[in-house]
Amino acid sequence: MATAKLLGASIKRREDPRFITGKGHFTDDLKLPGMTYAAFVRSPHAHAKIRKIDTSRASKHPGVVAVFTGKDMTGVNSLPCGWLLPELKVPPHMPLATDAARYVGDPVAIVIAETQEAALDAAELVAVDWDVRPSVTRTDKAAAPGAPSMHEVAPDNVAFRWQIGDAAATDAAIKSAPVTVKKRIVNQRLVANAMEPRACVARYEESTGEWTLWVTSQNPHVHRLLMTAFVLGIPEHKVRVIAPDVGGGFGSKIFLYNEETVCSWATKQINRPIRWTAERRESFQTDAHGRDHVTDAELALSKDGKILGFRIKTTANLGAYLSTFAPAVPTYLYGTLLNGVYEMGAIHCEVTGVFTNTTPVDAYRGAGRPEAAYVIERMMDAGAAALKMDPAELRKKNFIPKFDSGYQTKVALSYDSGNYAPTFDKLLTMLDYKKFRSDQQAGRGKGKLLGVGFSTYIEACSIAPSKVVGSLGAQAGLWESGTIRVHPTGKVTVFTGSHSHGQGHETTMAQLVGDHLGIPMDDVDIVHGDTGIVPFGMGTYGSRSASVGGTALVMCMDKIKEKGKIIAAHLLEANPKDMDYVGGEFVVKGSPDKKIPFGQVALTAYVPHNYPEGAEPGLEATSFYDPSNFCFPFGAHACVVEVDPDTGHVTILRYLAVDDVGNVINPMIVDGMVHGGVAQGVAQALWEGAVYDEESGQLVTGSLMDYALPKAEMLPMYETARTETPTPVNPLGVKGAGETGTIASTPAVVNAVVDALSGLGVDHIEVMPLTPERVWKTIQAAKSKK
Amino acid sequence: MKTSVTINGVAHSHDVEPRLLLVHFIRELAGLTGTHVGCDTSQCGACVIRLNGQAVKSCTMLAVQADGAQITTIEGMAKDGKLHPIQDAFWEKHGLQCGFCTPGMIMSAAQILERYPKPTEDQIRQQLEGNLCRCTGYHNIVKAIQYAAEKMAGT
Repeated sequence: MATAKLLGASIKRREDPRFITGKGHFTDDLKLPGMTYAAFVRSPHAHAKIRKIDTSRASKHPGVVAVFTGKDMTGVNSLPCGWLLPELKVPPHMPLATDAARYVGDPVAIVIAETQEAALDAAELVAVDWDVRPSVTRTDKAAAPGAPSMHEVAPDNVAFRWQIGDAAATDAAIKSAPVTVKKRIVNQRLVANAMEPRACVARYEESTGEWTLWVTSQNPHVHRLLMTAFVLGIPEHKVRVIAPDVGGGFGSKIFLYNEETVCSWATKQINRPIRWTAERRESFQTDAHGRDHVTDAELALSKDGKILGFRIKTTANLGAYLSTFAPAVPTYLYGTLLNGVYEMGAIHCEVTGVFTNTTPVDAYRGAGRPEAAYVIERMMDAGAAALKMDPAELRKKNFIPKFDSGYQTKVALSYDSGNYAPTFDKLLTMLDYKKFRSDQQAGRGKGKLLGVGFSTYIEACSIAPSKVVGSLGAQAGLWESGTIRVHPTGKVTVFTGSHSHGQGHETTMAQLVGDHLGIPMDDVDIVHGDTGIVPFGMGTYGSRSASVGGTALVMCMDKIKEKGKIIAAHLLEANPKDMDYVGGEFVVKGSPDKKIPFGQVALTAYVPHNYPEGAEPGLEATSFYDPSNFCFPFGAHACVVEVDPDTGHVTILRYLAVDDVGNVINPMIVDGMVHGGVAQGVAQALWEGAVYDEESGQLVTGSLMDYALPKAEMLPMYETARTETPTPVNPLGVKGAGETGTIASTPAVVNAVVDALSGLGVDHIEVMPLTPERVWKTIQAAKSKK
Repeated sequence: MKTSVTINGVAHSHDVEPRLLLVHFIRELAGLTGTHVGCDTSQCGACVIRLNGQAVKSCTMLAVQADGAQITTIEGMAKDGKLHPIQDAFWEKHGLQCGFCTPGMIMSAAQILERYPKPTEDQIRQQLEGNLCRCTGYHNIVKAIQYAAEKMAGT
């Protein structure tokens, strides 16, 4: 049974026909008999005590079924924090706030009605007597003496202080270095803005005592576990969580939120199903935000450009409460990546996590790693400027040489495999770097400001093993599971704990299984996103689905092949030890004529008339894979820009990406993810940024009219290429591809703009996004200094 | 108010509140959930439909304003089990990832290609001003529309 090569082929996606015909099944598409509709009453204030909530008028509004406040939710606990750092201050985070609201959008009541309109109308009738208090939203002011405090457990607004690396060695290196560069680097707050707003449908069935929750989740099992065991105290096995088609996540749909928790509680109270779908306004206010760091970084260099020491002090804004994985993002996903792809003499990083009266901050595409890459790559360029050295040259001088099995960094991690210089060389060739520099020089003569920026990044995917992450504070394992069920006809259903919300698992995982079993892809179906069907799963984030979820499937197939060999050997009167599995057939080694196809073994397993003694009927396997280490994709990106000297407007002329994500299952899909990731990272550099009014604590960028999500005409075509350095960590050799673009691109763009302005003496711009106003001001300031 | 429209060739008539948006008429009353709602300020374009031949954001119109109109939604693009060339192009060129913005993109693309049968890259990007995508970075959406233009010119 010969099949075309599946692994490494750009196969069109099998999920697309339903999306291009409007037949996708998103949560808000669901309509159940007896459905009710929810609207939440939210705080209009950044910080206010709740004196009283009067729901009487709302309750009497026509069509209203019920109104609940936090006081009605007796026996319900705080939303949990899933990553506990030592001495972390964990304030209560109730599904509906009862004592005080701590950010604009904090929910205080739910109104449930026969129609969405009635729910929204009645929500306006809920009267909350607010006692408005002073608020603090700024990262750099949250822990200042006298800043307004919002939690009893953290009167100084400090949630944690964390450090990694060698402080004494780093201080000594910086003190004695011939060249040091110090910069303040602000990594602004972003809003993920998946195009599908968050939504849920919760249904309780009185007759069986069972719940079903449809929810926009990247990890339905994690949602179920956190909600049942920690918050609602209802039996986990009585709750089925389904994450159907999910319209993008980018991290924002990992976390357990207030709304699905309240709806799951309320459906039992009213004994009817409830649907809630966020308006975009609510997405802006309540989806976990990303980034929001203020960093002081200092790089010590030798005269010939070797990195002697790197000191980083970061304040990370966590928002008003600890979102599910918030403490991990600015610590273990950030500080541990600060070695980059370079040999460094010494590193020390201190992080202070602070509470503010803002939307909680958690993982957003890249989560910690973009912040690390931005600090490293911006400092590399600032260092090159101080040395008057070419930034490409400085990078080449410091790359860690090629290694195949482990490089111990100065910040705890041990990289899997890497070969950084060739990736960068490939980029420079694509760019025609020498020509660019001469064009740039020629342009300057005519008043044209051209610039190029590099980013030679590293990132960490498939965070594991569970034992290690547990010792670092994770309250969950970080393995993945899969089940492969071979049907009597030889067709295969694959159940994976990973979840696809745009990644294309229904295609790539079928490629993987079809390839390994030597059967056509059409004989393989992929099932995901339903706790009632899939055994257990940790879900999809951190670019882990192929490397962790895929490896669990490889382990299942190994088990199926082993059992198949026993059955086939029996039928062929051979020894199981002498059996091979090649191209969809069980073959006796050395006797290529003695063979049985996969389908016949499958049928025999279910019709076991002529069957090996003691063997169980059936052909199905479940595996749990807990990786031995992280995987470390890397790459080199370049951006070429032109800056208008009169307006400060930045035009992207070229964007080039050479990524190394290990082996690739479907190049078309990997390219697509790089494109999308680059767009998000470019957008952070140039356009996006969540802004709070310092006085009122209002989210000023609270809609798509105010928050600059990139449009088609703002972005270029991307030039992509790859090198392939397989990881030794997993048998597939895949590292992870979902976040590379976002991690790499922001520093490439900012470095390009700074390079364009370098002729004016500019070596840094402290704050992103690089809007025309900010760039223009930078130009004016540089000119006035001259 | 009684509102009657024809959607994909099928008549739909409902008594609606005057404030009901057309997109909610299509999704909740006609039961055609391929048209999506991605924002509340008419930016994202996930709700684009064709109304009397024009690409329209169905969240920016009241249902009652559409009384008597001929509407095509994403569900009406494929004919006799055959994909519209633009649908096929989005599939062929990997012009979608999560698929949420896709219906609006395809409906807008249909009008773009009526206006510009041989569009340049710049024309496509400018004409997509009212459609947001967070997954693709637009690269493959632009490629898909170029590919559809070639296919449609060839037939």
